[in-house]
Amino acid sequence: MSILREKLENTNDLVFTAEFPSVDGGGMASVVQHAARLAPWFDAVNATDNPAAHAHTSNTTTAIAMKMHGLEPIMQIVCRDKNRLAIQSDMAGAALHGITNISLLTGDDVTAGDEPEARRVFDVDSAQAINIARIMTTGKYLSGRTISPAPDFYIGAVENAAAPPFEYRIQRALKKHRAGAKFLQLQICYHPDRLEAFCKGVAEVAPDLKLIPTLVLVKGSRGLSFMNDKVPGIDVPASTLARVQNASDPSVEVNKLTLELAKHALSLPGVRGLHITDFRHDDSLNTFMNDLGRTPNR
Amino acid sequence: MLKKLLPFIEHVIKEPVWDCRMCGQCVLHSTGMTCPMTCPKTLRNGPCGGVREDGHCEVKPEMQCIWVKAYDRTVSLPLPKVWKEHYNDLRPPVDMRLEGTSSWINLVTKRDKQTPAGWSVEAVDH
Repeated sequence: MSILREKLENTNDLVFTAEFPSVDGGGMASVVQHAARLAPWFDAVNATDNPAAHAHTSNTTTAIAMKMHGLEPIMQIVCRDKNRLAIQSDMAGAALHGITNISLLTGDDVTAGDEPEARRVFDVDSAQAINIARIMTTGKYLSGRTISPAPDFYIGAVENAAAPPFEYRIQRALKKHRAGAKFLQLQICYHPDRLEAFCKGVAEVAPDLKLIPTLVLVKGSRGLSFMNDKVPGIDVPASTLARVQNASDPSVEVNKLTLELAKHALSLPGVRGLHITDFRHDDSLNTFMNDLGRTPNR
Repeated sequence: MLKKLLPFIEHVIKEPVWDCRMCGQCVLHSTGMTCPMTCPKTLRNGPCGGVREDGHCEVKPEMQCIWVKAYDRTVSLPLPKVWKEHYNDLRPPVDMRLEGTSSWINLVTKRDKQTPAGWSVEAVDH
């Protein structure tokens, strides 16, 4: 059974998840190295699916490699690159290898990546893909054909609490929950008020849905500016940027900011853990987790 | 004859008004009279996470997100209550075989309601 599911469904423990770095070089040795760095702190780690519309090792093969090296994967599937057949075969293949945490999301557009001339697929959308994953847990493909044994998926999704239309995001979370999502990893959010409104709203309409907001470890204001300018759906308020830019030591200030955001997120209804995106790959992860009062798992 | 003529008439009427893409399975009534097929990602179940701060599209910054528009219109337009209630329905994947056919005919024949056998499988634990 997945540790993620066990903790979220049968305990009140907080869960911590992370993003596995894209594998482009270094081969399996780099997987081993990242797995060793992440394993002490995280219950499960996302095996991404061509993040930011850049080609990397595939979601399924990365998930298998992670599992081989002691990390529990959450295999992401985005709707941009694969039609409904390929999405189902991704999931059936994952199940074959004992991968059960599946997270389904729309995906950044091809124009956000380094091959903007590619054809975008979007044969199904994220809510439809979630429902297809749920259908597979009943032992059927979308067509009704049998798959046996029925995959024992623990289904997740992603939502952006901080992007318009704000009020509707809560309803959309409910839609994904009804389709089959048990947990939601939330997009990076530098608007605590929006995150709070979202979590409170979701806790009212879908109290069983587990929310996992995302925090990012960056070095300073450049990282914040980059996300604000380049990452679709992320807005960093000017006052937040100025706070870090004008600090005597921006690196210390951004850590302080991240810790504040993390503590606030953990205080919100429905929130059962945090997702950490680490763009630094240095000792800041250990410092951040220690500051949050965490101790390594193993 | 009607089968050939109706798609043409439908397109002539709906294209200028809603930028209709003739998917053949129209859901305009449930999306605040906003066509989801004009979303660059053709999303039929709500906005992606890439909507810009000003409510515009991730892919086409000059265009308002069609789901922002759909939500505003569903809230503000004097549409029938039953249409508004369908706004957050889970819409099934598009049947690509219906592209270019008349959604009016498909509505009458209920062809637009046909989904793959697995689609309506009830949840085990919901």
